[in-house]
Amino acid sequence: MAEFFNGFLLPLIIIVLKILAITVPLLVAVAFMTYAERKIMGAMQLRQGPSLVGPFGLLQPFADGLKLFAKEQILPEGANRVVFYIAPMITFFLALVAWAVIPFDYGVVLSNINVGVLYLFAISSLGVYGIVMAGWASNSRYAFLGALRSAAQMVSYEVSMGLIIITVLLCVGSLNLTDIVRAQETIWFAIPLFPMFIMFFISALAETNRSPFDLPEGESELVAGFMVEYSSAPFALFFLGEYANMILMSAMTSILFLGGWLSPLPFAPFTWIPGVVWFALKISACLFTFVWVRATMPRYRYDQLMRLGWKVFLPFSLFWVVLTAGVLVTFGWLPK
Amino acid sequence: MILQGIAFYVFAALLVASGVMVISARNPVHSVLYLILAFFQAAGLCLLMGAEFVAMILVIVYVGAVAVLFLFVVMMLDINFRELRQGALEVLPLGGLIGLILLSELAAVAGGWIVAPGVEKLAAAPTPAITTVTNTHALGQLMYTQYVYLFQACGIVLLIAMIGAIVLTLRHRVGVRKQDVGAQIARHRDSVVAIRKVSSGEGV
Repeated sequence: MAEFFNGFLLPLIIIVLKILAITVPLLVAVAFMTYAERKIMGAMQLRQGPSLVGPFGLLQPFADGLKLFAKEQILPEGANRVVFYIAPMITFFLALVAWAVIPFDYGVVLSNINVGVLYLFAISSLGVYGIVMAGWASNSRYAFLGALRSAAQMVSYEVSMGLIIITVLLCVGSLNLTDIVRAQETIWFAIPLFPMFIMFFISALAETNRSPFDLPEGESELVAGFMVEYSSAPFALFFLGEYANMILMSAMTSILFLGGWLSPLPFAPFTWIPGVVWFALKISACLFTFVWVRATMPRYRYDQLMRLGWKVFLPFSLFWVVLTAGVLVTFGWLPK
Repeated sequence: MILQGIAFYVFAALLVASGVMVISARNPVHSVLYLILAFFQAAGLCLLMGAEFVAMILVIVYVGAVAVLFLFVVMMLDINFRELRQGALEVLPLGGLIGLILLSELAAVAGGWIVAPGVEKLAAAPTPAITTVTNTHALGQLMYTQYVYLFQACGIVLLIAMIGAIVLTLRHRVGVRKQDVGAQIARHRDSVVAIRKVSSGEGV
């Protein structure tokens, strides 16, 4: 019995506790992300934003959540019941499982796998299924059009995203996320690979279906796109998934280009602050940019979106892969 | 060890079950979804074998890209698959024959791996031990040294296939309004706007 406890049950309990230690703060962060977005956009548009529920409106996200979960669930006529309910679950589930490999500090990671970047890339490329399945299962034209747009858009931007990740991997020589951060101890990759940093961030906007690439839900022409038929808890799951994905993409940007948990300057007053705080600050800076872009930019037209993905990002990132490889080989900087 | 055994049987059973569901599901969209489930189980089996790189690439390429396009096409098709299934029993012997041929080919490949000359040398040291080098390094070292020509040939075949697909489907239509970004940006105010003073009652 003691052997069973020490060999099997205890590790299981520890893993479950670790998972809770990641997901619970993440969900709280998602809740306050919605609040922060409304507040920031309010400030940018000279409004107050939410200000009535709780001090400074801080309890607004919880009020919204309660309201959503108390509403009636509606299954549209002719909808495919199973797929209709699985779709939001997949979106939310994928937004959470990706966090298993994110290193919050040196050694502070749930699962330190060798192919961490590939895992993240795989999970983020699966995000399209939630949307496509939702659009198809809703049995609605608006939802279906949103799903088709989203499928084409996400597949297109994944290509350039993969090439951008390859440039980073060339400089690191490892697919492990902890190694990628430690390779940036001398200089953050955002500086030597600056164009790739910008392109990665723009691709992240497209991958998360955020403005100016929010055509799958484009409310002006598709009502609300793929989630038009959803209400109550399934809608809330889509919403939470979208914001968790934004936080995930910001975390990816910080790990690949902004040095993860590393402090910006490697000496005393900066290194006193723990790595987790630096990591959170970098993620917050990226998230602020997400909101900033949404408050500033008009939505792309669909052909412009495709042109940007295939005719600008793909050739340029391919060129940059060749350039990086060439420079690394010429100067003998290839990582061992 | 026992956990690994359980995981293997769960993955394998689900893989076979979802494979059966791919061909027996009524709704073609459900078929594709079961296909995706099958890909995931296969990735799980690869992970159990320690082939982490292959597992992740399987998910990225097949689930993340190929199956999305499958789903994309199947969702838009408006075909009554029940009608298509009508003659399925008549072609069953032919299908069975093709299946048998493929099975025997698979057996031939596996058998050749055992009896072919020079195999011991290859099989003795395929890659360094998994504890000393990661999957990705091992694959890279093998693919870019020993098999570099074959690897490049694969790339060329894929490139030609891609160009072929584009050439076959590209149609140059006349009278289509296209956006020329360069021309739009190159437009200058002086060349498109003219300011005239119009005196009243005369017109331009």
